[in-house]
Amino acid sequence: MTHLSKSPWILHYDASSCNGCDIEVLACLSPLYDVERFGIINTGNPKHADVLVITGGINEQNRQVVQNLYNQMPDPKVVVAVGICASSGGVFRECYNVVGGIDCIIPVDVYVPGCAARPESIIDGIVRALSILEEKKRMPAHGRATGGGER
Amino acid sequence: MSRRIIVPFGPQHPVLPEPIHLDLVLQDERVVEAIPSIGYIHRGLETLVAKREYPEYVYIAERTCGICSFIHGMTYCQAVEQVMNLEVPERALYLRTIWSEYSRMHSHLLWLGLFADAIGFENLFMASWRLRESVLDVLEETTGGRVIQGSCKVGGVRRDIPGETLDRMVGDLAGFERDFKEIANVFLRDESIIARTRGVGVLSHGDAYHLGAVGPTARGSGVAIDLRKTGYAAYGKIHFKPVVETDGDCYARCAVRVKEVFSSIDIVRQAAAKIPEGEIEVKPKGNPNGECFSRAEQPRGELVHYVKGDGSRHLVRSRIRTPTLTNVPPLVKMLAGCELADVPVIVLSIDPCIGCMER
Repeated sequence: MTHLSKSPWILHYDASSCNGCDIEVLACLSPLYDVERFGIINTGNPKHADVLVITGGINEQNRQVVQNLYNQMPDPKVVVAVGICASSGGVFRECYNVVGGIDCIIPVDVYVPGCAARPESIIDGIVRALSILEEKKRMPAHGRATGGGER
Repeated sequence: MSRRIIVPFGPQHPVLPEPIHLDLVLQDERVVEAIPSIGYIHRGLETLVAKREYPEYVYIAERTCGICSFIHGMTYCQAVEQVMNLEVPERALYLRTIWSEYSRMHSHLLWLGLFADAIGFENLFMASWRLRESVLDVLEETTGGRVIQGSCKVGGVRRDIPGETLDRMVGDLAGFERDFKEIANVFLRDESIIARTRGVGVLSHGDAYHLGAVGPTARGSGVAIDLRKTGYAAYGKIHFKPVVETDGDCYARCAVRVKEVFSSIDIVRQAAAKIPEGEIEVKPKGNPNGECFSRAEQPRGELVHYVKGDGSRHLVRSRIRTPTLTNVPPLVKMLAGCELADVPVIVLSIDPCIGCMER
């Protein structure tokens, strides 16, 4: 964690998760895992956030919500897909209302496996995302993704 | 009199761990009407019965909700077992009871923490979640999973809890109870919590009954329904009383959940004392042919699983009705007339589990 120059703030959004990963994301904030010791705060405002943490896959109704959240976050930003549903659709990928993983509408930097993802792996994923964030910061502004990237 | 304005609340909102959207019609600071719209996490998992064989569908049923996953799996298994006339061994029924109660403790502690956070009492959020970890440790040790357990199967359970582990679990409950008493004391007596919750979001007994409230939302308004009293799993052999409060406000709903944690501790102790030795599963023969409604008491209220089979490996239909769905009409009633600043507390007070609700 020595490479951190700022306190990264996180925006958590539940796309279409079963809650299993969501409560594990919140558990990371609780005293046992305590990510706040790294200066990480869970914010509710996309304009305050550096890291977008998404659980669950994309469905028809939340597609625009996720896109809006991503677009509203300031550059540089990183996206962490937590859990197998966010990564690929998981057990629900054959459901009629599920489009797939987060990466079908916004670029994802780190995929965290697991159903539900364990707090240890979520923290690991976020720490990896933070080093990507540091790299993006060093890049000249024109080299950054300008948001709304389709893939 | 000022004109009416509509304030959108959600789907992404700092107080909501999950997305639900409410259009709040305001006159000054007062909510005149709340119009919910849902569907942000609808997956359509009931249709997966056509793609998964009936024993595999337990995994899908469990993933309806990550908070009360064990109870979802168990209720689905109960429905299939009834269709197939399976006699589940006594020990398995007791193990299901024990895991259900641990799920309830973890769910209620989770909710108490979120509720404290909605009030702005962050220290209490941390205290509740720290204590919740000890419940999760037990679940992880005995089932292998922290939040998704996967320990229930059609015909019984997948794992046994050895006698010495069970003794240790009961021994540890004393420490858990002592720690929880401290937290409970704050929830029930702290001035700032009482100021934020007493008389806020009142749901009358009549409204709770007629709008179909279930679980702690109903019991907080004096409607004494607790599905555990129907005696599924091993609940028929355990003595307990449904926790009922009569005020119908946010404080009453909070008090019901606080007291239910104590009642869960007691149920686990009784179950551990009475659990018989023996098999933990029976092998199902053939395929389900017929239909069944199965009900269980989830931490949030009455859960209904309906299954219909036609004698093949795949079920024809699965239908899940979750407690949060039935608690939304009472929520709309509670919100009418409240102040805008109380909306987060009132929304949290029904313990919304949107993942469940939208399936």
